[in-house]
Amino acid sequence: MTAGRAPYFVGVDSGSWNTKAALIDAEAAVLATTVSRTGADLMGAATKAVAAVLGAAGLARPEVAALWATGFGRHALTFADHSRTELDAHARGVLHFAAGPLTVIDIGGQDAKIIQIDHEGRRLGHKMNRKCAAGTGSFLEEMALRLDLEIGALAANAAQFQEEIELGSFCTVFTGTEVLGLIRQGKRPADLARASYRSVVKRVLEMDRVAGKVVATGGVVAHHPMVVELLGAALQTEVVVPPYAQEMGALGVALSARAASLAASAAALP
Amino acid sequence: MAAENRKTTSAGARLQSSERLKEVMAAHFAAILEAQRAKTAPVAWCTSVGPVELLRALGFEVYFPENHGAMLGASRIANEVMSQAHARGYSPEICSYLTSDIGAHLAGKTPLAKYGFTDVPKADVLLFNTNQCREVRDWFEFYGREWNVPVVGVTSFRGLDEVAAHHVDAVVRQLEALIPTLESVAATKLSAGRLEAAVRLSKECSDLWRDCLHTAATRPAAITFFDSTIQMGPAVVLRGTAAACDYYRVLKEELEARVAAHRGAVDAEAFRLYWDGMPVWGKLRELATLFASLRVSVVASTYCNSWVFDALDPNAPLASMARASLELFIARAERPKQRYLERMAQEFQVDGFVFHDARTCPHNSNTRFGMPQRLAAATRLPVLTLDGDLNDLRCYSEEQARTNIEGFVEQLEDRGPL
Repeated sequence: MTAGRAPYFVGVDSGSWNTKAALIDAEAAVLATTVSRTGADLMGAATKAVAAVLGAAGLARPEVAALWATGFGRHALTFADHSRTELDAHARGVLHFAAGPLTVIDIGGQDAKIIQIDHEGRRLGHKMNRKCAAGTGSFLEEMALRLDLEIGALAANAAQFQEEIELGSFCTVFTGTEVLGLIRQGKRPADLARASYRSVVKRVLEMDRVAGKVVATGGVVAHHPMVVELLGAALQTEVVVPPYAQEMGALGVALSARAASLAASAAALP
Repeated sequence: MAAENRKTTSAGARLQSSERLKEVMAAHFAAILEAQRAKTAPVAWCTSVGPVELLRALGFEVYFPENHGAMLGASRIANEVMSQAHARGYSPEICSYLTSDIGAHLAGKTPLAKYGFTDVPKADVLLFNTNQCREVRDWFEFYGREWNVPVVGVTSFRGLDEVAAHHVDAVVRQLEALIPTLESVAATKLSAGRLEAAVRLSKECSDLWRDCLHTAATRPAAITFFDSTIQMGPAVVLRGTAAACDYYRVLKEELEARVAAHRGAVDAEAFRLYWDGMPVWGKLRELATLFASLRVSVVASTYCNSWVFDALDPNAPLASMARASLELFIARAERPKQRYLERMAQEFQVDGFVFHDARTCPHNSNTRFGMPQRLAAATRLPVLTLDGDLNDLRCYSEEQARTNIEGFVEQLEDRGPL
């Protein structure tokens, strides 16, 4: 049975670590989302993601009015009708749940973004991390490896912290060395896991000034709640995590597809 | 001029003058090669905004190693060879023109091979001006030691709010002090008349180059930053010669014909941006193509305008050379730099600024002391900062840059609420 009301729109976020897809209907209701590893086959991962959301809603590809792509692999998805950057997609997705002015902090596997949006929902500017893994999910993966933990166990481990430790290095590799030194000094893995999260937050907040309402998205935010807690503490404000935080890019670009379709329909009216 | 053959590339409309440009640049290198082989003239190295007019007046063939640095970057030889300079103690954190040039010399590689060179031309004297950075002196001193030849120059003021008479006087005294060494190497006396003539030609070149760049002030822009980085060749290496002026008269005519015909360098120009900072030489074509595909003309730049020397005056050669070298954007403090950028934004009707933060060129990266933020607040124009480098492509992420640029243009497109 098909949920929602036609026409349907699909957004695909071809990220460096994960491929996300979102299916929405004519009213912008979210019918299905999915997250799976990107791997080395961008098209294959995206094709599976699209099939997953369509399957979940009982729809077939021809029933989709438009499929748009975002993410670092957006230009590789030749089946997409159009693409937008993840900067646009995350901003649009967040505005579906919250009104501006606000700041979006998106922390993904390979990059982090800060996007400023004004009271009318206009994007004012953005900052992306430099070509460096510090402040991203890759950094947490590396730290988990150093601490001999599965990445999925890092958050639970960090929650057991007893001592606040400051990691001073900018570079992921140097931080890894610094962590090894701290292990030799007898520091506890839980405290070092907590320090890793503190490092991510510090690197992200160095990118730009953040004031006012803050909405956090991305896989790191969705799976590592300590990042949200530490962001809130550092900014002394509530950091909102909207629904579909990890799939926000896919949802945002699906909303773009819908908006373009509505605009085209309106333009076609006599 | 005949109607423009509207040959376009994915990077924008092609300039017919470019064929002539190739001949002009080839003749420049041929003259240096001939001087080196047949000893027909002494060869001097000069920094790109150094006191070249002294060298012209004394009959030197003048070679500009920054031009070689750019060629190493554009040809991507830089990334093959700069490690050799790093291994000699020249840090990856310092000017990648320097490290690629010295690395290329050590590796025995040069893009000048197409002009018949097997190495950079050996200098009889190297003449620097530190108005742009200290690295140029260190760069020249490497070769001074290598070839046991004199390295002389001007140790300039930097970070000036206003260029005062005492600054100019101090540089004039340094220029005067250079003359005996240069005369000795050239084995001739400096003639006042020849110096005036060289300054006159430099000023004429500067004026013509400014006129060419200014054709981008109209909508659509007749020339982009990416074209200008190539077209500026004669303004850099042939300043003070009639050949440079002759070339820019040809280019100016073609550009003015484009303006008259309302033909832009980029098809269907939708947005106009200003570029501050160095080019990313190894990605010039990719960036030109990307901006053109987004219907963006990068209409003006600090970099290409750095070879506009309004102060030059043949009636006061040394004083005007000194003033021109001090008035350069790169030698100025933050406040005059910001005023300049604001004026350029108005003059060229830009929709936003792109700042290139070049990892190894802090002097040409105006992002590190809050300028983009202040400029955005003052002009109400959006600003984008790209991380990269002039030559070291390890500091540049293609995907990051692409997403940043596309996202910035989407922001310009979506001026209404999302």
